Amino acid sequence: MTAERFVRLSKPAVFAACLVPLGLLARKGITFRLGANPIEVITHSTGDWTLIFLCITLAITPLRRILRLPWLIRYRRMTGLFAFFHAVLHFLTYVWLDKFFDWHAMVKDVYKRPFITAGFTAFVLLLPLAATSTAGMIRRLGGRRWQMLHRLIYVSATAGVIHYYWQVKADVRLPLRYAAIVAILLGCRAVFRVMDRRRPGARMPEHAEKLAPERDVLPG
Amino acid sequence: MLIKKPGHIPSSEITSRSVYLNRRKFLAGAAAAGAVALAGRAAGDLFAPGISYADAAKLNVTVKSPFSTTEKETSLEDITHYNNFYEFGTDKYSPAKYAQAMRTRPWKVKVEGEVQKPRTFDIDDLLKLAPLEERIYRHRCVEGWSIVVPWNGYPLSALINQVQPTSKAKYVMFETALDWSTMPGVREPVLNWPYTEGLRLDEAMHPLALLCFGLYGEELPKQDGAPVRTVVPWKYGFKSCKSIVRIRFMEKQPPTAWNMAAPNEYGFYSNVNPNVDHPRWSQATERRLGEFLKRKTLMFNGYEQVASLYNGMDLRKYY
Repeated sequence: MTAERFVRLSKPAVFAACLVPLGLLARKGITFRLGANPIEVITHSTGDWTLIFLCITLAITPLRRILRLPWLIRYRRMTGLFAFFHAVLHFLTYVWLDKFFDWHAMVKDVYKRPFITAGFTAFVLLLPLAATSTAGMIRRLGGRRWQMLHRLIYVSATAGVIHYYWQVKADVRLPLRYAAIVAILLGCRAVFRVMDRRRPGARMPEHAEKLAPERDVLPG
Repeated sequence: MLIKKPGHIPSSEITSRSVYLNRRKFLAGAAAAGAVALAGRAAGDLFAPGISYADAAKLNVTVKSPFSTTEKETSLEDITHYNNFYEFGTDKYSPAKYAQAMRTRPWKVKVEGEVQKPRTFDIDDLLKLAPLEERIYRHRCVEGWSIVVPWNGYPLSALINQVQPTSKAKYVMFETALDWSTMPGVREPVLNWPYTEGLRLDEAMHPLALLCFGLYGEELPKQDGAPVRTVVPWKYGFKSCKSIVRIRFMEKQPPTAWNMAAPNEYGFYSNVNPNVDHPRWSQATERRLGEFLKRKTLMFNGYEQVASLYNGMDLRKYY
């Protein structure tokens, strides 16, 4: 089976897999198994999965290079949009279930509570990325500018981890785990950059793909 | 123009508020009753609380306290499955799972320090020191949620009078058990173990401060601080100390676990105060477990009678 065929056939399965966490949460909700504080469980679950999908998305570039599997990039838009999807759910949970549209309290939160400021920043930075995720937008922006813009994910993921770290009461072990993962994934990029500068020919031909008519290929 | 007048509804046909609010329970109950009839089982079994504690002993509760609130009590299920008891893990669900391994008999409580009659109490003697009361208190966590718990215990002052503090005693420190073999949470340096909490002596002597042995008429579930804990309803929940093994009377303010962990966030007093925010979140409102919309947090958690303890103190400074 060619990589092309594998990607095409596996995409629906990957899409379905990405829906599993939300499905499990929904099932718990329907069967009244969200515990004593359901809103808290929904908030934590959607927040966690935003970070997990951001990490998966950030892992694709290093993995495709280290494992020499260039076609991994074909899943990146999907995982990125799933990160955005969970961020939207997380944000809606806050706006609707937690604050119940108390705009005054929310505005106060955003400027007064550093952890909300960080989370809100992380969310807002994902908006332009989601909006420019279509092939048409890539063409309109041009690969280079599009790529520059999409580096905002580095800032968003970092802000997301800070949001989590500042939110917990005392047990920072979980947020630190996310921080370590994001640091490694961003660190890989720095290392690649140094390596590429030393050996200009070693770079994975990402831009070559841009020329292909295949709708799904995004510049890395 | 025709305006239709609403028909007269006899009051006998209006569904009472409590029945309306419990309509789901009513339907579930009706279905359950049907099932019971079919199975030929006693209905009593079915309406018993969902969880049973094999070793939960009934307490001899003889006094109903006038300090009790009439607000709706939180279910036993929620009180026992949403706990902060970091010795058993930092999430809300771990204490219910892991606390069952804690051995609460035999249990001794050492009372020491600035007292004329220091003494080590066996838990079963401590239980009989004063008549047990039912006190239905609001319980407000510093995290912004609250519950209503029918505690069983007697005033902390009953114990304090028994051991007779010296004139030097100004503070009381409480210490939670520390057992490496049954408490998975203490392997992590999340807090300074053992957990300690403290009160000023006059706070501890206040009639609202409770030495607590049970809830809902039975011995405390382990995840709620068995076999003995304090309940200080006008302060955030963490000021109440669970599974107490030591009570020490002191001249100086004792070091307390959360205050040591983050002094700018958790003051020694930590009175419930909607006007003084936690540095990271507002304390103006709270979510009562089981309710969808948040409710306003009350000064001193609604126990205004303690205000005189803090006369002349700037509660923004002494948070």
